[in-house]
Amino acid sequence: MIAVQDLNISLPEFDLSDINLSIGESEFFILMGPTGAGKTVLLEAMAGLVPIRSGKIFIGERDITTLPPEKRDISLVYQDYALFPHLTVLENITYGLHFHRIDRAQSEVMLTRLLEILNLRHLQGRLPVNLSGGEKQRVSLARALMVEPRVLLLDEPLSALDPAFREEVRNAIKRLHQSSNATFLMVTHDFAEALSLARRAAVMNNGRIEQVGSIEDIFQRPSSTFVADFVGMKNLFTARFKGTKAVVRSLEIELGREPSDSIGYIAIRPEDIVISREAIASSMRNSFKAGVTGIFDQGFYYEVHVRAGEVTFKSLITKRSVFELQLREGTEVFVSFKSTAIHNF
Amino acid sequence: MRREPFFWITISCGLVIMAFILLPLIELMTAPSLAMLKETIQDKDVVRSIWLSIYTAGLAGLISFILGTPLAYLLARSNFRGKRLVEGVIDLPIAIPHPVVGIAILSVAGKNHWIGQVFSELGIRVMGSVTGIVMVLTFVGIPFYLNATKNGFEGISPRLEKVSRSLGASMFSTFFRITFPLAWRSMLIGIIMCCARAISEFGAVVIVAYHPMIAPVMIYERFEAYGLRYSQPIAVWLVSISLALFLILRLLTIRSPKEV
Repeated sequence: MIAVQDLNISLPEFDLSDINLSIGESEFFILMGPTGAGKTVLLEAMAGLVPIRSGKIFIGERDITTLPPEKRDISLVYQDYALFPHLTVLENITYGLHFHRIDRAQSEVMLTRLLEILNLRHLQGRLPVNLSGGEKQRVSLARALMVEPRVLLLDEPLSALDPAFREEVRNAIKRLHQSSNATFLMVTHDFAEALSLARRAAVMNNGRIEQVGSIEDIFQRPSSTFVADFVGMKNLFTARFKGTKAVVRSLEIELGREPSDSIGYIAIRPEDIVISREAIASSMRNSFKAGVTGIFDQGFYYEVHVRAGEVTFKSLITKRSVFELQLREGTEVFVSFKSTAIHNF
Repeated sequence: MRREPFFWITISCGLVIMAFILLPLIELMTAPSLAMLKETIQDKDVVRSIWLSIYTAGLAGLISFILGTPLAYLLARSNFRGKRLVEGVIDLPIAIPHPVVGIAILSVAGKNHWIGQVFSELGIRVMGSVTGIVMVLTFVGIPFYLNATKNGFEGISPRLEKVSRSLGASMFSTFFRITFPLAWRSMLIGIIMCCARAISEFGAVVIVAYHPMIAPVMIYERFEAYGLRYSQPIAVWLVSISLALFLILRLLTIRSPKEV
């Protein structure tokens, strides 16, 4: 596990203040936040690459605050891969072994396993310049894990990849986490990534941590307006999947497709949820009778909360619609959304 | 397609400059007869002076490499108060008139300065010695090494070094395994530029050490004493030998296509 206590950092154009974070042994933890929030600086501070002003960093019981980067057992994976361009794939992956006393037989086993999981066997002799983005990121993952770190820090490892490679590398990261003892801390902007990989997350803004908690909590009970705005996709529910249907509590929601898992999440953007007084006959496969439980002024829009069965949906509608529909708390309405507007993870 | 007048202006100016640089050099290189060249290279004094020029310039390059590399790295990697000032100081030797360089060095290394007194206590002679020549050549050459090497370091992503550290490598290991292999081309180019600048120095050397005679001083002396015809062959030899050396070094820095 890795813990950060009261961490403060002052850089020429940037400050991190009062960072407190505790990530469990072998946990997969997500760090989210807008560009410039200080996520990379926090990661580099944990790795010992950025000087800190005050605070402490622990791995397990060990205080590593004053240790140099090479003694911390923390590996790094960057968005731009940072492969050593003059070394082959194999030399990149085994680079860390020069500095670690790892039994030869043990490291052979490790190497074989990583080449296997990351599908790199056929690329060992290549130079990085001849690799695709997805291949480069797989090499950088293998290189980071080859030294069996206690903690692996991943700084937006999927952001620079084409969508086609993104899922492949994401699945590789998931498999690597399951088969290793390391704690994973990953920065991402993508909620689908966050949900498919981790249970807990933190949201950063302006050099501070805004909220730490389960990802579901962050979506459904944002602790600040910043977090609420940042996560955007406000309707997030745990669901059981039955055929092409998702069951959320007592509500059966038609997805129009069959998810591969039997349990997961569904999410709907608030602007995709339509509220009407009469049941509307349209292509929308999902329409439920509901009651308005709250109306909140958001400037140009109103956020309307409606409850269907035991499920509360949040919808964004214009002031004019609120007026025309004569909505107030307790009004009986219909809530509808297309099956294509539903994201499932 | 009809070319615009602007195009013809760029071409004409280019041709004038090419001719301006190449014509005198070609004239110089072709002026002496082969017999004359042969006779000159059999002259022990000439050989000695060309050799002196090459090895003092080489020493200036070596000293710049050893002392300059850490500073170039520092300037490429960190921001600190006064960095601009340090960079300005580094460029000073390029801007100062050459004889002034010689005078400045003598004023520190001479008997009237405590450093000069320490030198003479230690038995180091600057005036009229190889030591003095190397000192002057390093002074005028080191800015070229520092700037080329600094640019080379700046071209290497600091993230490569950060990853290397996180994988267990100390700063020293990181430098020798990652930074140096990626920057050696820039360093070699820096050394070539430093040596090229050093080998062409005349004004500062002639003040600090007329003897032992480096090739440019000897060319000047022959010109003064015997005229153009007798100075040309030495010039041809100096130019040919140093160009050949630089060409060989430069070939080493050409990347094979499969490298980055």
